[in-house]
Amino acid sequence: MADVVATHETIVVVGGGISGMTAAVEAAETGKNVILLERAPSLGGRVNQLYKYFPKLCHPTCGMEINLRRLRGNKRIRVLTQAEVLKVEGRAGDYKISVTLHPRYVNDHCTACGACGEAVATEIPNPFDYGMSRMKAAYLPSLMAYPQRYVIDPSILGTPDAEKAREACKYGAVDLDMKPETITLTAGAVVWATGWRPYDAAKIQPYGYDRFDNVITSVEFERLSDPRGPTGGRIVRPSDGKEAKNVAFIQCAGSRDRNHLKHCSRICCMASLKQTTYMRERFGDEAQSTIYYIDIRAIDRFEDFYQKVQADSTVRFVKSKVANITEDEATGDVILHGVDTEGYHRYDNRHDLCVLAVGMEPSADAKAIAGVAVDASGFIELGPTDGGIFGAGCAANALDVNRSVQSATASVLRAVQVVNRVAKAEG
Amino acid sequence: MADMKIGAYVCQGCGLGERLDTKALTLVAQKEGKAHVVREHEFLCNSQGVAMIQKDIDEGVNRVVIGACSRRAKAEAFNFENVAVSRVNLREQVIWSQPAAEEARELTQEMAADYMRMGCAEAKKIVAPTPNPEHGTNKRILVVGGGVTGMTAALEAARAGYEVLLVEKAGTLGGYMAKLHKRIPYREPFADPQATGVEAMAAAVTQDPRITVFLNSTTTRTSGAPGRFSVDITAESGGTKTENVGAIVMASGFTPYDATKLPEFGYGKSQNVVDQAGLEALARAAAARGEPMRRPSDGKEIKSVVFVQCAGQRDATGTHLKYCSGHCCNTSMKQAMYFKEQNPDIDTAIIYTDLRTPGNGEDFYRSAQRKGVIFTKGKVAQVEVGGNGSATVHFHDLILDDKAATMSGVDLVVLATGQVPNSGVNIDIPPDAQDIDGVKAGEHAVSVLNLTYRQGPDIPQLKYGFTDSHFICFPYETRRTGIYAAGPVRRPMDIAQAVEDATGAALKAIQAVENAGLGRAAHPRSGDLSFPTFRREGCTQCKRCTVECPFGAIDEDEQRYPQFNEGRCRRCGTCMGACPVRVISFENYSVDSVGSQIKAIDVPDEFSEKPRILLLACENDAYPALDMAGVSGHTSSAFIRPVPVRCLGSVNMIWITDALNSGYDGVMLMGCRHGDEYQCHFVKGSELANYRMSKIDDTLKNLNLEKDRVRLLEVAIAAIARVPELINDYAAKIQEIGMSPFKGF
Repeated sequence: MADVVATHETIVVVGGGISGMTAAVEAAETGKNVILLERAPSLGGRVNQLYKYFPKLCHPTCGMEINLRRLRGNKRIRVLTQAEVLKVEGRAGDYKISVTLHPRYVNDHCTACGACGEAVATEIPNPFDYGMSRMKAAYLPSLMAYPQRYVIDPSILGTPDAEKAREACKYGAVDLDMKPETITLTAGAVVWATGWRPYDAAKIQPYGYDRFDNVITSVEFERLSDPRGPTGGRIVRPSDGKEAKNVAFIQCAGSRDRNHLKHCSRICCMASLKQTTYMRERFGDEAQSTIYYIDIRAIDRFEDFYQKVQADSTVRFVKSKVANITEDEATGDVILHGVDTEGYHRYDNRHDLCVLAVGMEPSADAKAIAGVAVDASGFIELGPTDGGIFGAGCAANALDVNRSVQSATASVLRAVQVVNRVAKAEG
Repeated sequence: MADMKIGAYVCQGCGLGERLDTKALTLVAQKEGKAHVVREHEFLCNSQGVAMIQKDIDEGVNRVVIGACSRRAKAEAFNFENVAVSRVNLREQVIWSQPAAEEARELTQEMAADYMRMGCAEAKKIVAPTPNPEHGTNKRILVVGGGVTGMTAALEAARAGYEVLLVEKAGTLGGYMAKLHKRIPYREPFADPQATGVEAMAAAVTQDPRITVFLNSTTTRTSGAPGRFSVDITAESGGTKTENVGAIVMASGFTPYDATKLPEFGYGKSQNVVDQAGLEALARAAAARGEPMRRPSDGKEIKSVVFVQCAGQRDATGTHLKYCSGHCCNTSMKQAMYFKEQNPDIDTAIIYTDLRTPGNGEDFYRSAQRKGVIFTKGKVAQVEVGGNGSATVHFHDLILDDKAATMSGVDLVVLATGQVPNSGVNIDIPPDAQDIDGVKAGEHAVSVLNLTYRQGPDIPQLKYGFTDSHFICFPYETRRTGIYAAGPVRRPMDIAQAVEDATGAALKAIQAVENAGLGRAAHPRSGDLSFPTFRREGCTQCKRCTVECPFGAIDEDEQRYPQFNEGRCRRCGTCMGACPVRVISFENYSVDSVGSQIKAIDVPDEFSEKPRILLLACENDAYPALDMAGVSGHTSSAFIRPVPVRCLGSVNMIWITDALNSGYDGVMLMGCRHGDEYQCHFVKGSELANYRMSKIDDTLKNLNLEKDRVRLLEVAIAAIARVPELINDYAAKIQEIGMSPFKGF
């Protein structure tokens, strides 16, 4: 990628989810040159894997379509995917960023016609569905994928399948000889928008995520509910494919807990409230949703949403930190045990499926970057004013989408301040 | 512009060559589309294909028709400068939406041919836009409000090198922040209240050479557009100064909810019941004296304090605020710590229903617990203050389910009331309207900006007085271009969030002045250089455009003609859709450019049994859904002829009557959800389209046509499987009611 021109006035954005995309287009539309780095083969990040957003129950791809159009039409933005940041060195106004570009094995001749995908037989777990579905080893990461270009999974290299993919492409787009390449980018400022990952639910041993098929995470439930997802939107149990009409949602699964994440992840209450609407959408009055919670954190206007869900007769709220979960081996049902603290009743409640509202932790370790202040949870704090690396979105705090966008926009101004200072000094 | 010279190109890649007779398509473009140059190419988006087109452009082609994939694909490859480009979607919406079977070939080819005709027709009617010559170039930024939000916006914008004017109605900077004793911690270890730092911040503002501060002043008149706003700044003493600025940050803050509306909690009856602001005042006064806080009524030592959360908030009955103000749980904990700092033996109890301390607020919560603050889950019903000044708090203890729980001997009760935004006049409701969710419509109705805009003096509100925006994806986009709301006027928030919000709003303001200087549109059609123009001689001064513009971009001149303020325009085309005499157009989008496409198709006679259905599809949601349906292998009727529109709001009714008159058998419109939870990215476009369409029945009656000849549908971008179903259902409906009687006229 010798054609990447970066100067001390360039802003490098690390991470191409909603925060990084926002930062990139906002900076470019302010007249700055931007390089947007994304580790995955396509932009969009975690929000693209959501079925709907709270509180409007609209689809993330709608905003993404606008952002992609802004991005495609802006010549100031250079997007590098499968780009992994190795090292950031330097200081505000003069950073050197080492980036490894992993091979896609498909070059920019690709038209996304799909012929390679048809030719290849090997199937691999689909990360877009958190592994709940399988896909061809030559694939378009999602329908909204940008760049709109196929990827050859390295697992089929050297197999006849790889050759089949190459032969199927009429446009010479499959290039099996691609090698990883390490480049060094120059930048005046860096926006670090590497986002979050769901807390590893298996670490919450009493809930048995690693032992019981019918204990899943909230992000998996999003895919299950999505018509684009592994079940075509049918909400079914992993154990036996039976419709899951009676679902338990456990709040603070890993959050607000010094043994796991000490912070509150902010989004999980709203996410579970939202997911009860998927239940109603799918099963109508036959849906049974039970939310086990400590406090329902539906802040500001989101309170309206909470009140709407409270008014739904299919949704029940139990104030309780669930003690543990057992499985009825005969039926696959999960049984939640604990004490309802409103009145102190013990319960042993049976459900078809249990959804753990897992917490949010920063997905990249920002501690390794010199000059970046990181709090005990790993979120980037606003550093000393002479720094030039700024956290945005969930790399900086546990945030919902509108706050992530707000944070990303703010981080752009901080970056602009640095590059404007450089521009002035360089005359 | 020089003579029109159309180049039409048909790609044979991605199966187009196998599924379609591409040679025939070039002939359609040549004979019917009047293309001067026509070419086929086996792989149009590769460098040779692109170079071939570029060579023709260099040799005089100035309109380019590309029959290949969707405009959403290969946008970078087909990005030609200074020529109008029309993308004909032969891949996603023709061959991928039709069965590959041999018997489908004829209809598929007819579809492709019509699409080429439409592309050529569009190319004839559009030109590559050039920027508006009258754009403003003022790059100064006005900040209205000198609280933490306004001061932050000013400092951050100045730090990026921009000149700032800051207007504050009080005599000092600081706003509500200056009234606080301390603030909620915003850094690790998130354990103790921190100093607000407001004096240092105000000093930094005052000393910054790029910032000019106007104290005791308000903005009494604001006119213009991004890059050329003119603002009257009037001092309390009477003098007015007119200043020119390029963009505005509205940081007018909040007012605490009026606690006198909560007599059941004893506010106003006893000095020993205060709101959170009152407690801050007590703490500041005590700190200033270097003494502990004492009971207001009699100066007695305080031994017990109760905090009542959600006082007049989260009220589902609608008497008080319906929403949660977000900061109050942390604020009460902070205030309880004031007492614990004073004397750890003071009892402090917080009565709450849900404790809301997101993020690292959880550390602060644990710190409060460590310091001995008591948290009781309950709902306060009443506060009684006895003659001795001691209060009894009656509440429903939700843990013990004790409806008659009490705390007595309480020296001070603190009510956590919420934030009411200072958003000025709600321009969408009459000034004498009744209470809305606890806020009297007219109560805070003193205009903040005093805009001279035709649609009203302040920026539109969404709900509960908070300013309108897309809220989730695009929180800063207000409905007044170049004016950005920040802080609690946008949604309830604490200081840390207000700082972040102000910084983001300052960036948007900077972006607005940079783009205004180049004549470029703001979000969502960022970078679009086109702008609406109108043919004055045809205008009937009906005012629909000025009333309906979702962004208040259009005023009226002295002669009552519409006056377009291009800098405020978002290029949605709602004005174009509204205009009954069709005098409004854009260089690259007009009544004619779409109308010509509609009329360009070949309408088979009524005996052919080949109906034609026009689909006007929102380009951001319905149109991509159609593309993705094709990619996903969903097939749909071959009788559909889609035209992407910027917004359903831009749909002029003439397109529908023209389509029906020229023999189309049906018209479908697909747009976004409207109402409170609107998804329309032009806010009001979809709603207006719905309103206009509610009157289509009369038109149909006049034409003696069935009601089902027109169908309006709400379609989200994720309706990938549903869109083909909707099309097929409608096609079946049309088959059922029969062919249009208007064929061949």
